[in-house]
Amino acid sequence: MTERNVEIEDPLHAVVGTGKPPVIAPGHTFSTVTDKISAIVLTRKTSLGWYAGFGVAFLLTMLLLVSVTYLVLKGIGIWGNNVPVGWAFEITNFVWWIGIGHAGTLISAILLLLKQTWRTSINRFAEAMTLFAVACAGLFPAIHTGRPWLDYWLLPYPNTMGVWPQFRSPIMWDVFAVSTYATVSALFWYIGLVPDLATLRDRSQSKTGRVIYGMLAMGWRGSAAHWHRYEVAYLLLAGLATPLVVSVHTVVSFDFSIAILPGWHATIFPPYFVAGAIYSGFAMVLTLAIPIRAVYGLEDFITLRHLQNMAKVMLVTGLIVVYGYMTEAFMAWYSADKFEMYVPINRMTGAYAPFYWGLLFCNAVVPQCLWLRRVRSSPIALFVIAIVVNIGMWLERFIIIVVSLHRDFLPSAWGMYAPTIWDWSTYVGTIGLFLALLFLFVRFLPMISIFEMRTILPEAKVDEDLRVI
Amino acid sequence: MARATASVYGLMAEFDDPTTLVAAAAEARREGYQSMDAYSPYPIEELHEALGAHHTKLPLIVLIGGLCGCIGGYALQLWASAVAYPINVGGKPYNSWPAFIPITFECTILAAALSAVLGMLALNRLPMPYHPVFNVPRFALASRNRFFLCIESKDPKFDLDGTRRFLETLNPREVSTVAD
Repeated sequence: MTERNVEIEDPLHAVVGTGKPPVIAPGHTFSTVTDKISAIVLTRKTSLGWYAGFGVAFLLTMLLLVSVTYLVLKGIGIWGNNVPVGWAFEITNFVWWIGIGHAGTLISAILLLLKQTWRTSINRFAEAMTLFAVACAGLFPAIHTGRPWLDYWLLPYPNTMGVWPQFRSPIMWDVFAVSTYATVSALFWYIGLVPDLATLRDRSQSKTGRVIYGMLAMGWRGSAAHWHRYEVAYLLLAGLATPLVVSVHTVVSFDFSIAILPGWHATIFPPYFVAGAIYSGFAMVLTLAIPIRAVYGLEDFITLRHLQNMAKVMLVTGLIVVYGYMTEAFMAWYSADKFEMYVPINRMTGAYAPFYWGLLFCNAVVPQCLWLRRVRSSPIALFVIAIVVNIGMWLERFIIIVVSLHRDFLPSAWGMYAPTIWDWSTYVGTIGLFLALLFLFVRFLPMISIFEMRTILPEAKVDEDLRVI
Repeated sequence: MARATASVYGLMAEFDDPTTLVAAAAEARREGYQSMDAYSPYPIEELHEALGAHHTKLPLIVLIGGLCGCIGGYALQLWASAVAYPINVGGKPYNSWPAFIPITFECTILAAALSAVLGMLALNRLPMPYHPVFNVPRFALASRNRFFLCIESKDPKFDLDGTRRFLETLNPREVSTVAD
């Protein structure tokens, strides 16, 4: 037994009594945790790699700006979507991005309520990822309205036209769900940051740093009474965010399932969409966490345990998604409805069949490798699988949206969809925006929650026996 | 003494670990001190109890906020769809309550979350740009690895020398005077 507790020099392979890698490498103290995480922001020289990466992401963000500007000038005719495929890349990307965001909330809220301490070192940047993904997601329906400068018409406000939004429409539900989600995610993230901003304020060597972090920290001083209310507020926010995150993708799925279109009108949609969202979100967390921990040397804090656990979540949610695919096919057959039965046949053999088979390969076949412990313990293998799942989940949304729309009831109304260069540039542009925001985040804010890392250290425990003097 | 306490916010003892701080806080309470606060780099449940825990009103604020959001969200939809701008959509009643549930739910969460954050900040009197404890240079470590107990001069039992002597008995690293 004692052998298993031996500290091995490589923190990646350090093993504690349970036989699992630890959530934090042994030997860390309050000061080492604080210094190591805050040094990334405060003292470490910004690497050339950061400038290069941010530069590329910034250029792509400029591409997004050009695309949106051209869109406003010309109208949505620059995109490939047209009747019958009125929703195409833009809504695919919207659902893809917002799904990615869901993992952040799951990690920060649901795993907090379930007392999963391993979430501590990944929740901060998973929440940041949520925020940036929701920003990218929100952009798509906003520009897809065709006249984005009139988007405020979606809000219920007294106006001289005397009209009010149609609250029976799932599109209105979406407006409320996504804007609530964005607001609550931002609050959760910022409130989580406040004690760490105080740490940065106290440790910053420059006047500018002290002033900016000081203002953002709002005078946080770590008082016991403050901590108490803070913890209550944080738990309540987690409790509120948990049903919220489930509701958001449920409402997104209502956008489809309320319609009578074959391929959309299915009761499996809400749970299937939520599972897909968590699946793609964890894939994105892995896609980001694996390079970040390697580049910034954070293997002590983001250990193999985290990667393995995320791989397991991916495996489970991936299986739920596969169950969703099977249910869709079964219900189509069971409905005995000609149009419903045509949907899976068209998906498997129609014009877009390669995408469907690609989707099954990416989402159903490749992730089965995660059953093997060897794969779950290899960061490189996990990174590759995560990328494959990201692609697979994008294909899934493309198939649900475009393939369902292009073959509806009347053959005379059938059509084909092909993206234009502007569809692609807008999509790639949002990836640039997402990455640019992430680069700024890891440079200017602590990407791991310092105060929560302190709480999981052995020295953080109050020794009950020694309390009485 | 009155003159001395006027310019002094309190006395602050610095500790190395959470256990000593919790023990010190409990001891100070036993000694009869009431106006004091402890500062730590992370939340310590026992510390709040040792200082004489009282329940926070925050959950009630959040409940009220959530209820306001819930009722307000539904009322907005009902009023807009049935009173201000009634439209017959596929023969659905003007008060189509099942269709109003998602937005009612989202408004509940939004209002409750905003109350949680704003309520916590308000109860904690934050943002607070200036506070005397920051006058102690070593207090910067309260956000890193040190633990502090500050007995405030407004406490009836506070006495610059006596309180200092008392704090010295609690195993502190050092005791410093906090200027107001």
